[in-house]
Amino acid sequence: MTTADYERNMVLSNVDYKVVGTRPVRHDGADKVTGRAIYGADFDASGLLHGKILRSPHAHAKILSIDTSKAEALDGVKAVATASDFPNTGDKSVDLGEDTTKLKWLRDNILASDKALYTGHAIAAVAAVNPHVAEEALALIEVKYEALDPVMTTQEAMSSGASILHDGLTTQELGEDTGKVSNVASHFQHVKGDVQKGFSEADVIIEREYDTKTVHQGYIEPHNGTALWSPDGRLHVWCSTQGSFVVRDSLSDLLGIPVSRIRVTPTEIGGGFGGKIPIYVEPVAAILSKKTGAPVKIVMSRKETFEGSGPTPGSNIKIKLGAKSDGTITAAHAWMAMEAGAYPGSPVGAAAQCVFSTYELENALIDGYDVVVNKPKTAAYRAPGAPNAAFGMEQALNELAAKLGMDPIDIRLKNVAVEGTRRPDGPVFRRIGAKEVLEAMRDHPHYQTAKESGHGRGIAIGFWFNIGFDSACNIAVNKDGSINLTEGSTDIGGSRTSIAMHAAEVLGIPVEDVRPSVVDTDTIGFTAVTGGSRTTFATGWAAYEAAQDVKTQSIERAASIWDVDSDSLQMEDGVISSKTDSELKMTFKELASQMSDTGGGITGRAAVNPKGVGGSFCGNIVDVSVDDETGKVTIERFTCVQDVGKAIHPSYVEGQMQGGSVQGIGWALNEEYFMNDQGNMANSSLLDYRMPTSLDLPMIDTVIVEVANPGHPFGVRGVGEANIVPPTPAIANAVSDATGNIMTQLPLTPGAVLDSGK
Amino acid sequence: MKWIDYENAKTVDEAVKILSQSGGKARPMAGGTDLIVQLRVKDPRVDADVVVNVKDIPELNELSYSADKGLTIGAAVPCHEIYNDANVIAHYPALIDSASLIGGTQIQGRASLGGNLCNAAPSGDSIPNLVAHNGVATLAGPNGTREVAVEDVCTGPRQTCIGKDEILVSINLPNPGDGFGANYIRFIPRNEMDIAVVGAGVSVNIAGGKFTAAKVSLASVAPTPISVPDAISALVGESVGDGPIQKAANAAKEAAKPISDMRGTAEYRKHLCEVLTRRALNTAVERAQGGK
Repeated sequence: MTTADYERNMVLSNVDYKVVGTRPVRHDGADKVTGRAIYGADFDASGLLHGKILRSPHAHAKILSIDTSKAEALDGVKAVATASDFPNTGDKSVDLGEDTTKLKWLRDNILASDKALYTGHAIAAVAAVNPHVAEEALALIEVKYEALDPVMTTQEAMSSGASILHDGLTTQELGEDTGKVSNVASHFQHVKGDVQKGFSEADVIIEREYDTKTVHQGYIEPHNGTALWSPDGRLHVWCSTQGSFVVRDSLSDLLGIPVSRIRVTPTEIGGGFGGKIPIYVEPVAAILSKKTGAPVKIVMSRKETFEGSGPTPGSNIKIKLGAKSDGTITAAHAWMAMEAGAYPGSPVGAAAQCVFSTYELENALIDGYDVVVNKPKTAAYRAPGAPNAAFGMEQALNELAAKLGMDPIDIRLKNVAVEGTRRPDGPVFRRIGAKEVLEAMRDHPHYQTAKESGHGRGIAIGFWFNIGFDSACNIAVNKDGSINLTEGSTDIGGSRTSIAMHAAEVLGIPVEDVRPSVVDTDTIGFTAVTGGSRTTFATGWAAYEAAQDVKTQSIERAASIWDVDSDSLQMEDGVISSKTDSELKMTFKELASQMSDTGGGITGRAAVNPKGVGGSFCGNIVDVSVDDETGKVTIERFTCVQDVGKAIHPSYVEGQMQGGSVQGIGWALNEEYFMNDQGNMANSSLLDYRMPTSLDLPMIDTVIVEVANPGHPFGVRGVGEANIVPPTPAIANAVSDATGNIMTQLPLTPGAVLDSGK
Repeated sequence: MKWIDYENAKTVDEAVKILSQSGGKARPMAGGTDLIVQLRVKDPRVDADVVVNVKDIPELNELSYSADKGLTIGAAVPCHEIYNDANVIAHYPALIDSASLIGGTQIQGRASLGGNLCNAAPSGDSIPNLVAHNGVATLAGPNGTREVAVEDVCTGPRQTCIGKDEILVSINLPNPGDGFGANYIRFIPRNEMDIAVVGAGVSVNIAGGKFTAAKVSLASVAPTPISVPDAISALVGESVGDGPIQKAANAAKEAAKPISDMRGTAEYRKHLCEVLTRRALNTAVERAQGGK
């Protein structure tokens, strides 16, 4: 990228920073590029055993019996585990970091007790002297199943007479338990105004139904975990996770031991995108370690990662929009059913919080259905639910614009949400940048340049809210004036450096003088998951506060050295000085060298739960070409515009924007769980689960828009997720523009694009 | 736990001997880019007790050309040697369509066309191309050597006419003669790292403005790569032009017997047979008329 590219970024904040907004080398860079960083699968220990997991070949079956005797008798096998090895502590509700579930469901997803609910569902596990023996032992475990009809889509699951996944699951209808056993876990509504009245006032109405398929986050590092259960009852787990405290707390619930006995050390993480918030192999490794007294490591294969972790759901969405002839939307209705997978908890709730949130709507109705199907329990995936919702909404809006003869950006600007807009799901926006993003798109050279002959062009905008939650940070000042910063947010996107930059900014020291570490659960205060676009926002805030603590103490220390009132001192650019006496001046480094003699070391600390989250809007402009004989879509040009509040480290922000765009491109064009008649995934390899390669992608142009979030000291908004929301509808709109056909299904495979004309 | 022996054969006779003595449980290995993966995933079709390295056998590393014998490609010659070979570039440029398509750069340093043929995947990217070049395979077994046309080697998915005590020594492509042009193209949804939804290998000889000879072969539309005789008869003897090419493409569509799977529906694959055959024939004609 050239400097000219950066200059196109729109900086609307008017505060000057020294460190924030620069592009330093990341602290973990050298270890990562030289292969020295320690990932979960690298973990080794004396006497390490290897665990493997037996998985269900059926999408839906009763488990009649499990006989492990032959496996246990195999030479080299040290232990076998099944669901019966979980302690019987009764059922309750448990916190999963971003969500809650029932303990029974959480437990059954880790090792099935009575039913196998998807192909790949874990049934039993073996610990052995090496992975080959463990694998051989799996083949000796005899499981008797009674196969049942699989239920694979929301339409099937909701139809009368559908095979039922859970005898104990009854539908929650608008918050009330109906007592009716069904695959629909819940139906909820958000209502604003009167949609019937709104539709009756409309000059034009668009109504359409959209379908999307199950897709996976596609993180390169499979799930892994090593557990050592010591004879004194302490459990130590090393694993790849987005939330070491979620692992600790879930293990406590699952295994019935107090959190104080559990220590979770997060290893470096090779991608997560939400999929590494839930736990899978860690409790199994813990049970096997308890049985053997040895450390047990389990590493999933790619097939297991596809079939036995948590993808994001397929969905069935109906959008109805009404508008006046001037483009004013008079009413909007979204009907969304999403696959939860085997246990309740699809992201349909989040989808409902996003589907209409870009727009100021007088009348809106959102219906959400959480539906269980015989697929892996869904997990978070980058703005979970929002891309599905936007695929419908942003296409319907383009259809509406076309019908009215309006420019698709103009119709969005006409209805755009601004400060003070109440979302249909309740919250009122504070300062947001939706309008600024749309204006930056409209004014961008990409949009201002006519598309090439034969190409199609599409645009779309998407929204993702952020979460705050708990974060902690400790700072220890070293005698050379550098600082050791410890925090608990596992780093999936360069966050330790962005967090360190918060502290460096406050103290006026170079970020190279900060040594950030992501530490284990015994070593730092409770820190919630790396998710919800919260990490740089919330843990960054904790670092800001911890650095303020160090700053205050440094000023007080200097005041005591000089015997002056601390109120008379200030600290700027790493120098402590008197406001009144120009003779009194000392650098932070000089102070650090005197700490021991002047009262001891200085440590700063902070634990925060910030509420001032600022949602983020992201828009795309996409040009495509379509081979009209094969249906193959080529992305010719792609521009991503996002309001990020304040880019702490612009390179990482651009990386997030490009990464979200690429995942969205994969989701749009080729990615899907291709299920056969028996409900088995036919393409559980990276060969056949077609994520885009570098040869399938254009340069992703990025434009950072900075509309400062008033709820953060530097104006930060969470930037990790909103960028995956607009690609699927923007690409669909571009393909529609190129072919003249409406795209109602994802993915837009060559065959599907060709068929869309029939 | 299953152990697999590794033997390193230095001569064709030695390799054949090991195969003969292994009760059908030995597998020759050239680049190993398919075999090792199949062994790792415990593919039931590859039940091996012994893996026999054949990369040290001189005949399997031969890559030579003469006007009367044509091109001899040893079974273990890796793709990168093929697409960098001066004779291939001069006389069989269309072979590069396949050799440069299989795998990425590292894989091309190991993967061989011989291995691609022996693996007998319905989607093998070099097989239709070898058929289009009228390839003949030389097999060695306990009773000496025999020759089989490449188009007759594959008998089913991952099945060949090669005996369990035989190895593929080389593939010979006769001198294509004057006015020859060939092409292999495949359709994949991505631009790299994918398995052909449909592959089409074609060749034509043109003299006096007429097709004097032709070959059309398809991958991924039947249990084995197939030849399309009706496409050949649609071309041979006809004047070069869109009409016969379209007829041949239609014949390819008719001949295809694809299945529906995650890579495409049967109907879509048949449609692609027409598109790809037509496109490949147009390129082959261009090459024949342009000299390359």
